Parts: sequence; C-alpha cells; structure tokens
Amino acid sequence: MRSIFMLLALCAGLPAFAQSQSLVVCSEAAPEGFDIVQYTAATTADASAETVYERLVQFAPGSTRIVPALAESWEVGADGLTYTFTLRKGVQFHQTPWFKPSRELNADDVLWSFQRQRDKDHPWHALSPRGYPYFEAMGFAELIEKIEALDEHRVRFTLKHPEAPFLADLAMGFTSIYSAEYAEQLLDAETPQKLNSQPIGTGPFVFERYAKDAQVRFAGNPHYWGGKPALDRLLLAITPDPNTRIQQLKAGACQIAVFPRPSDVPALRENKDLQVLELDSLLTAYVAINTRHKPLDDVRVRQAINLAFDRQAYLRAQYGEGNATLAAAPYPATLLGYDERLQPWPKDLERARQLLAEAGHEKGLKLSIWTRSGGGPTNPNPGIGAQMLQADLAAIGIQADIRVFEWGELIKRAKNGEHDLVFMGWAGDNGDPDNFLTPNLSCAAAESGENQAGWCHKEFDQLIREARRVAEPQRRAALYREALAIFQDQAPWIALAHPKQFAVLRKDVEGFVLSPLGSNNFAHVRRKP
Amino acid sequence: MLSFIARRLGLLIPTFFGVTLLTFALIRLIPGDPVEVMMGERRVDPEMHAEAMHRLGLDKPLPAQYLDYITKLAQGDLGESLRTREGVWEEFLTLFPATLELSLAALLFAGTLGVIAGVIAALKRGSLFDHGVMGVSLAGYSMPIFWWGLLLIMFFSVYLGWTPVSGRIDLLYDIEPKTGFMLIDTLLSEEEGAFKDALMHLILPAIVLGTIPLAVIARMTRSAMLEVLREDYIRTARAKGLSPARVVFVHGLRNALIPVLTVFGLQVGTLLAGAVLTETIFSWPGIGKWLIEAIGARDYPVVQNGILLIACLVILVNFVVDILYGLVNPRIRHQR
Repeated sequence: MRSIFMLLALCAGLPAFAQSQSLVVCSEAAPEGFDIVQYTAATTADASAETVYERLVQFAPGSTRIVPALAESWEVGADGLTYTFTLRKGVQFHQTPWFKPSRELNADDVLWSFQRQRDKDHPWHALSPRGYPYFEAMGFAELIEKIEALDEHRVRFTLKHPEAPFLADLAMGFTSIYSAEYAEQLLDAETPQKLNSQPIGTGPFVFERYAKDAQVRFAGNPHYWGGKPALDRLLLAITPDPNTRIQQLKAGACQIAVFPRPSDVPALRENKDLQVLELDSLLTAYVAINTRHKPLDDVRVRQAINLAFDRQAYLRAQYGEGNATLAAAPYPATLLGYDERLQPWPKDLERARQLLAEAGHEKGLKLSIWTRSGGGPTNPNPGIGAQMLQADLAAIGIQADIRVFEWGELIKRAKNGEHDLVFMGWAGDNGDPDNFLTPNLSCAAAESGENQAGWCHKEFDQLIREARRVAEPQRRAALYREALAIFQDQAPWIALAHPKQFAVLRKDVEGFVLSPLGSNNFAHVRRKP
Repeated sequence: MLSFIARRLGLLIPTFFGVTLLTFALIRLIPGDPVEVMMGERRVDPEMHAEAMHRLGLDKPLPAQYLDYITKLAQGDLGESLRTREGVWEEFLTLFPATLELSLAALLFAGTLGVIAGVIAALKRGSLFDHGVMGVSLAGYSMPIFWWGLLLIMFFSVYLGWTPVSGRIDLLYDIEPKTGFMLIDTLLSEEEGAFKDALMHLILPAIVLGTIPLAVIARMTRSAMLEVLREDYIRTARAKGLSPARVVFVHGLRNALIPVLTVFGLQVGTLLAGAVLTETIFSWPGIGKWLIEAIGARDYPVVQNGILLIACLVILVNFVVDILYGLVNPRIRHQR
C-alpha cells in the first residue's frame, strides 16, 4: 500500500508526504540549540520547549492559565511551602534512531531535570558552560529547599518561602522535563553535547533534523499522551527578514509567518488568501527615569516629564493605528491586580511647567535620553521615539540630548545607571504580575541594576514582596492594586505601550492561537483538506 | 616561478598574524561580553557572571587569552562556539558550501554576462548598446542589495510566480546534506524534481549577489578590450587576414582578460561581503548570516576564526590569481 502511495506521489512530481499533513512555518531566527535550559531566546524555546519538551504544568493555549501537563494533579501544602505533583502515567519519551526508551516517564526524570540545574555536584551540572540563565534569573536556586521522589509517580518540591508565582514558573521552558535514561546513555557514550543537538522529550513533536540556519524538521509524535497531532510533519523554515517571510507566505511556501511588521498588517488583512491573528501580548514599552540622578529623584520632576509626553502621538508613530494599547501600569490589563481606574498620565503642559517650577526648575534643565540603535518588538523605531520625547520635553523647558547605543551596550550602561532617561521594554515570561514588578521595580533590582529607574520605594517593595508570598488570588490582587497606585503617583517610568502581537496564516490553517507569552505552539494545528 | 611563489607565500604569514590579532582585538573592543548579551535585560548575578566567564575562559588577562588562541590555532583547534557548543570548524563546514555554491553561481552569472557584454560594448563603442551597458552597469554597481533583492522577489516570485521566494529548496523535500552543496545533494538523493527545485532557488540570489561583480567585470572587460584592440598586434592580425572572430576572441579577448582576471580575484571579497545581505534576504543559510549573529552574541571564537577562515580564503584566491597572472603575464613573474 505504501509503495503505491509513494508511486502516486512520485507521479504527481511531489515529495511523498506532501499528501499527508505538513505545516511549514516561516520563523524569525535560528534556534541557538535544543537544550532549552541553557538558553533564553523565544525562538529557541519555540523549537524545543514548545515542540519536543513538556513540563509538569503548562499554559492553556492562548492564555496564561495553568493546566496539567506531565503532572495530572498537584497539592499545595497549607503553609504554601510544599508542592506535591502526581505524574501522568503511560507517558512515553520519543523513539528516534538515536534513542529507544526502555521505560515510561517517572519521578527520576523530574528529579534529573531540576537537580542538573541546582546541584553543583550533579554530573551534568558543569556540562552547560553557559550555566542555566533562566533558572538563575528566576531565583530558583535560592527558592527551592529540596526536591524528592515520594514514589515512582509522585514528586515533592519544598520551598524556602511561599512563592505565589511558583506554578506559573513551572510552566516556563527552563523547567522542561528531560529523559534521565537518555542523559545516562549520552554520558556513557561520552557524547553529552548531543543533548543539545538531538533532543529527546515527551512533547507532541519528535525532533528529526536541524539544518543549521535553514530548517528544523519534526515529525508528529504517534505516541503522544494527548493524542497524535494532526500534523505529520512540522517544518520551521528560518527566514530572518520580515519582508521575505511575508512573500514566502503569499507564495504559499509557508503556511504561517510569525512576527510580521505591524506596519504591514493593514495590507495583509486585505489579502483574501491570508488571515491575520492579533493578540494583546505581555509586552511593556517604557522609559525608565533614573531616580538616582538629580533632579530626577524629585517626584515632581518625574511627574512633569510624564505630563509633557504625548503618548497617543508616540503610539501612532511607533506602532501604527490600533497596533498597541496605551500603558498605565508596568503590566497589561489582562493580568491579576490590574486596576481599571488607573489612567495613563494625560498630556498637560501647563501642569507640567507648574510642577517643574515648584521643584525649582522654572529655568529648565538638561537631561539625556538613551535609546538603542536597532528596533525590537517593544521599540520598533527607536530614533523616532527618542526625537518625539525630546521635542515634547523641550516644550516644558527640558533640554535633552539623545544618545544612541547598540543594544548590548545600552543594557550594560543602563544597568550601571549612567542614563537619565532610557527607552526599555519587558516581555513577560509567565503571566504573573510579579514577573513584571520584582525584576524591574523592586529594591533588590535597583541594587543589582535591572531596575533601570533605580527606584527603591519601601512601601511599594513591601507590597510586592507580600503579594509574592500570598497564595490567595483576591488578596494578591488587592496588594497589587495598592502597589500600582504608588507606581502611578511616584512615576519612576513613563509607561508607554503594550504592543500587540501578530501572526499571518494561510486561510487553510486551523487551530493556531497566539500566546500572550510570545511563544508559538503548533500541537493543535491542522490544515483544511 | 618558484621564487615568485615563495615570495608570495612569505607575505601570507604576516598577513595571517595580522588578521588574528585584528579580529581578536576588534571583537573585544565591542562593549558587552557573551554572558551579558545572553542575559539581556534579565538579572545577571555578579557571582554567576564571574563563574560563567571563568568557564568560558574569558576571565584571563587578554595577552594570555591571545596566547591560548594562537597556541590552539597552531594545533589546528578552532575552538567551539560559545552559543551552540559546536566546533567552529564543523559549523563553518556546514554553512560554507551554501555560501560557496551561491558565490560560484553568482560569479558564473557575472563572469559570463559581464565578459560578453563588455566585449560587445567595446566592439560597438559609442553605440546605443555601449551606452546602455555602461549605464546599466553603473546602476548595478550602485544598487542597494536589499532593495534590489526584494524587488526581484516581488516581481519574479510573487507577481509572476516563476521562482521561489527564499531558501535553498522547498522544505517538503527532505534532502540529506551529504556534500552541503544542494545541487549535488539533490542529484544524489532519489527525490524527483528536487534538483530543478534547488536550481530554481539559486537563480534569484545568484543574480542579486552577482549584480555588483557583473557591473565591475563588464566595465573592466570593455576598457581592457578597447585598449587591446588598439594594439599593434591586433592590426597585424587583421592585416594577416584573420577572421574578425579570431582576431577578437583569440588575439583580443585573451589579452584583455589579464586585468579582468585580477578583478575576478578581488570580487571574491565583494562576494563574501555581499553574501551577508543576500543571505539575509533569501534566508540562505551561509557564513554571512552566521558571522553577523556571532558578532551580535559576542561569540568570540566564531567571530575570530570565522573571519580568519574567510580572510585565508580571500588571501588564497588572490594568491592563486597572482600565480595565474604570473603564468599568463611573464612580465609580472620576472619583476623583482
């Protein structure tokens, strides 16, 4: 039967599996590797954490809601310190030419995946020369007291202190569950580097081959616990230029193009062969006001700056009409504890001048505006943005000069606190408000530099620390509302925008949803016949 | 001839050291280190930063790092990428055939068309064709590659649908990379239609990459040809009653090609530089894109050794051209 099928396919001049369901995705960059715990880039996660690997829990498609994955259930201790997960039974690791699993997923695999990152004596710990950036950035080493296997299918995490976002953290790529058996096989063969080039997981797609900088090939996992995916083949075509991605899509060479430029979206909507998906993402664009520099330590000056900037005009120029929402807080309205009553600072030059005068700067001041050279998702056109701010500040007597730095350099200097005003952005990792507040606005972050405003407000810090330890959502929400009110009043940032994210699909693609976390998952995608 | 080759070879050694020193210093002059760039705006614990730098061997003083680098280089060890942990040499070998295939196709396009157009323009000096070729080549030389590539894609791939938009082959073909040259790999594979598909994918990028060399070669051929056609021996050949074609192609073109050959050699550098943009527009997985990303990530070993390999290549090609030049032009060979 198969040979007849092949013959038919050959007669049609097409590769054999063109008859079956295959999906080509024009992706924006090459994955750095496949051992996801070593990396932080979203593209790398799409090619590993979203296809090959799974975690104990996962985000429901298109949302930040936590649903079971490799753990079918869990219990949280009354003190919020212990999390006991019951693993799903019958989960199989991928069978490939380089690995044949002899057993199903069990607690050893979970232990291996975490101990490798946290235990310095673990045989695999030193084998990642880049370290474990996310594990460390999320503070997991200090958070977890111990992890133990209660039996073959139950694992208990004990924390050093209660941590409300813990479950959400466990849905992130760096907590992916690897096969301990495969790791052992690699170590025995003295080929540990293959963990990064020939990944084995439990996910909906089985890794086949990576042609460097060209394509990644996956096959649908026939033994997937969630049911075999509709796609027999998933192919990521690495297409870094956004124009080329769109032309590839129009020509039908790929069926999904990720990250189109917002300015191209209106024209794409007119195309009857294509569908455009849009979603409010977990991105925040902002200008950090360096409160360590005088006179920016004066709240009146910061408020005046906020009142001077015409954010509506900025949004239109930067993202295009309707492609972003105005930001009033460090995180978007879809997350816990957002206060609908919060209003972005209006443009009010009169009041701004008055505040400056009250602060003793009626004769004006001099500041520097720092921005990056090349655009990114939160700041597509850095030059224009900085010029708009410069012009608006001039209207209230603040003379600002613009300094442009390459991205890596900008981050380094901003962490050192050398700027006055700096254009920055943040992409949420797990949909928890804490993921926006602690890394960017806490006193600890002011100390280490990631809080580019250098803003350490004792009361605000106390509130977000408490909210991090409280499990009950309503109480957390109330704490965040209080914290956001302080943020609004103290104005350590000019909160700019929450840009929307887009994907363009051919009309025959079904089941693809955008994730607010910016990841792309194709497990439920199918193509109309 | 041997002493000529020896002199040329002698020049290679200082050039080689110069390149290693320059790339080593330049990449470290760019602010930011691999660990900082990797972490972006996320938290970098100073302890973790120090540990990671130590693991990467980047905490030693610079002279020690350079010495390490040169010692390893002398042993043929190009190190491994800080990002992917793959060997630099392995990565280069994976990606280089793509660039080479594209560059050869571009040179073939530029060389054939450029020489033909240059010869005709010289023969019909002052004609409409001559002015046309010179005008178009000037335009071609000043063409922004990005714009030109997109224009061709939009017209030939999207509007007319004649050629594929980007990539080396339709992804529905699963071609095992045996040689890395897609045209050869598709021939080795059993997949029907794959070779034609790969060839179609090569056309537009080759034209885009070949445009600037084409313009240079056409202009060079024309002026060299004009010069040669004024020579006494051409007049003699004509007077002998040789056919015009023989005069032009055997006596004229052969001599005119000597300077064009040098230009060919110099164009290798242009091709590799142009490959960076062409590879980005056409999603061509070659070394241009590889190096750009490595610079962005401060992947020191890849940048240092990638550039070194390319420099060696350019040096080698120019060395071969020099020798060829010496072969075809005895005056060069005997200069002291």
